[in-house]
Amino acid sequence: MSLVDLLETGNVDTFSKARRNMEICNACRYCEGYCAVFPAMERRRLFSSSDLMHLSNLCHNCQGCYHACQYAPPHEYGINIPEVFSTIRVETYKQYAWPNQLSLMFNKGGLIASVAVAVSIGLILFLCLYFIQNDTFFGIHLNEGAFYKIVPYNIMVLVPSAISIFAILSISISTKRFWNDVNQSNIKIKFSYIKTAISDVLTLKHLSGRSHGCNDISDKFTQWRRFHHQFTMYGFMLCFASTSVATIYDHFLNLQAPYAYMSIPVLLGTIGGILLSIGSTGLLIIKWKSDPEPQAIKTLGLDYGFLFLLKGVAETGLLLLIFRETSAMGALLAIHLGFVLALFLLLPYSKFVHGIYRFIALIINASETQKDHLQN
Amino acid sequence: MEEIFCDILIAGGGNAALSAAITAAEKGHSVIVADRAPYHMRGGNTRHTRNLRAMHNNPTNIMSDSYKEDEYYEDLIRVTEGNTNEKLAHLTIQKSAELTDWLFDKGIKFQPALGGTLSLGRTNAFFLGGGRAMLNALYRTAIRLKVKCLCDTEVLKLNIIDNKFKSAVLKENDIETKINAKAFIIASGGFQGNESWMKEAWGDISKNFLIRGTPYNTGGLIREMLDNNAIQIGKANQCHAVAIDARAPKYDGGITSRLDAVPFGIVVNKDGDRFYDEGEDFWPKRYAIWGRLIASQPEQIGYCIVDSKSINSFMPSVFPAIQADDIKSLANIVNLDPKNLNRTVNNFNDSIVEGDFNHTILDNCYTKNINVPKTHWARKIDTAPFYLWPLRPGITFTYLGLKVNENAEVEIKNLTIGDGNIFAAGETMAGNVLGKGYLAGIGMTIGTVFGRLAGEGASNYVSS
Repeated sequence: MSLVDLLETGNVDTFSKARRNMEICNACRYCEGYCAVFPAMERRRLFSSSDLMHLSNLCHNCQGCYHACQYAPPHEYGINIPEVFSTIRVETYKQYAWPNQLSLMFNKGGLIASVAVAVSIGLILFLCLYFIQNDTFFGIHLNEGAFYKIVPYNIMVLVPSAISIFAILSISISTKRFWNDVNQSNIKIKFSYIKTAISDVLTLKHLSGRSHGCNDISDKFTQWRRFHHQFTMYGFMLCFASTSVATIYDHFLNLQAPYAYMSIPVLLGTIGGILLSIGSTGLLIIKWKSDPEPQAIKTLGLDYGFLFLLKGVAETGLLLLIFRETSAMGALLAIHLGFVLALFLLLPYSKFVHGIYRFIALIINASETQKDHLQN
Repeated sequence: MEEIFCDILIAGGGNAALSAAITAAEKGHSVIVADRAPYHMRGGNTRHTRNLRAMHNNPTNIMSDSYKEDEYYEDLIRVTEGNTNEKLAHLTIQKSAELTDWLFDKGIKFQPALGGTLSLGRTNAFFLGGGRAMLNALYRTAIRLKVKCLCDTEVLKLNIIDNKFKSAVLKENDIETKINAKAFIIASGGFQGNESWMKEAWGDISKNFLIRGTPYNTGGLIREMLDNNAIQIGKANQCHAVAIDARAPKYDGGITSRLDAVPFGIVVNKDGDRFYDEGEDFWPKRYAIWGRLIASQPEQIGYCIVDSKSINSFMPSVFPAIQADDIKSLANIVNLDPKNLNRTVNNFNDSIVEGDFNHTILDNCYTKNINVPKTHWARKIDTAPFYLWPLRPGITFTYLGLKVNENAEVEIKNLTIGDGNIFAAGETMAGNVLGKGYLAGIGMTIGTVFGRLAGEGASNYVSS
């Protein structure tokens, strides 16, 4: 039995609800102007497990179709695409997680994130206070290599490397398995598909509602979710770039942190941290304020947990930058590294993976749309 | 009983009611809109709509080419067979030219016509997400303009003295409130949700009709106005009726219950006999007549049958087709006489003159020497599996209503036109323009045009 069959078997009710929803939508089609999901639905008449998994991951949860639906609850058809697709997405993340035993972490996303942060910070603080002198930990360090006074160089290199390698391995295996199951029509990837998918991601096209926005919180059209998502994504990417540049500085140029405020790693990190902080805070507020009806309860913990981690990483990083020349540096470094450690440990089992599966769905969507154009 | 005052009371909560409310509120009047339906079902039949038909002399960003007044009028005359008020028809068409701009200004988003829109991209403007999304925007605008929008609230017991509206009773969850208003707008739909009125109009057969839209349109205010000397327009049995999937719910099945398989196969009645040329004409004429055709068959039911050659040629149905590998088994599933159905199919197959099948034109596939001919798209029903859908008449809305003038003022016996303070808009008065037949999207056009006119008329009355 393939993973996608197992996915349906394990969620029979959700999949049969999704399939019935799609059959009803396909006889209506009023929502075809909203996003890519409905044109993709119209290309199909029957909906296999794999089709439903694809459509669910293609859905950006804009909720336009829910607010427009003449068949939304309490209508007896009870159409609620955002809710049923969100549920399938979370089940997809669990089914394709590697090693699969750890997929349990998706069930309690918020709790797991909180525990991971607490444990990571606790562990780092404990090790610091156990292995280094109190006056070093609470001292003021201004020179090159100041951070290594608190956390030794070897640990600062080995631990993140090990975690990153594991995360990359885990996510790669999940990606490969997902691709095999979702790509039922054996699409050969072309450069043009990837180009379209990347452009979709960089502009978050499917959460733009063709420029007027989406139903982020209620039936009002806004761009808030799109903008905050992009702040978060670009912020995350800039922070990642900052770390990469710093690694090059450290290993190849033999320049050790802390770097000057106007240096490339600090500039990238500062801008990235600010964007990430604004974006994750905004997304948390939007999530908290939005209409509960089209949401899937199952996904909320995962969403809140991941946003909390991102916000924590960004804001502790900014605090560390501000107070790095004071005696609070040691404690702030430990707390910041605690958040970073927790984020990367949880990466393959967090909302982060939505980006991977959605990207694949966008590639498949690009191939289908380009074929449509060729036929017309 | 608590008593409240406002300038304008509007009964109904759909497109016509809100267009009126917004127009009046923009002129500074205090407006109350009372919809009988609960919040999630608010908006009458607007909730099930998708577009409106709009005249335009040049291509717009949402409609292609042009659709000029003359052509629009000809289309209307053709479907109504002249059952229209010429003056109001021209007014509706001329005013339709402003509608997309006006609605856009009220926050309604439009979309280019796509796949499921049945080639109306030239004549009709499509709301992004359909009628409910349109309603959401109208309600937002109305609320921003301080219109008081009530749900779950019925307007009852009109107090009309000397042919003028004085007050009414609003009933919300058994709590009654007296409401005094200077003008009154009725935009609360037709009476298709009223089973006893439908029976009066159609006889016993109406029990087998399905109502495609809201169950809340029961025509109470139309009847009350007629009892108060308002002049009636339209006949009780005129309505927009189509053939829909018989398995659809009694009310609120909406657009999904439509089925366009008829030209691809045959339609038989309860006795297993064909009764009308399935290949006579294209949608929308076909769409508009099959509801009545089925209403005139025994037990008001029909069965559309196609074979596997055609199954993917039309939009998927909301309920899966009933399926079997031979005609007799198919008949058994739905309790038709298997021998008779088999004979009907064999006779039909034997009468086919082979041609080049093309469902986009009136092709040369037809039947010969058969009692009920099929004049186009006739192909043998011979390739298993065979598919069947039961069909019932589906009523969209009724045309009997209140006669109005060009200011949407309700015409009342013994009252000089221009003096009245009662106005009507939407399906309550659509029969003035649409006395018979149907033209896709014209219900929403009449609703918005006369909603705005009623809002203006009531405002002018209140101001004078």
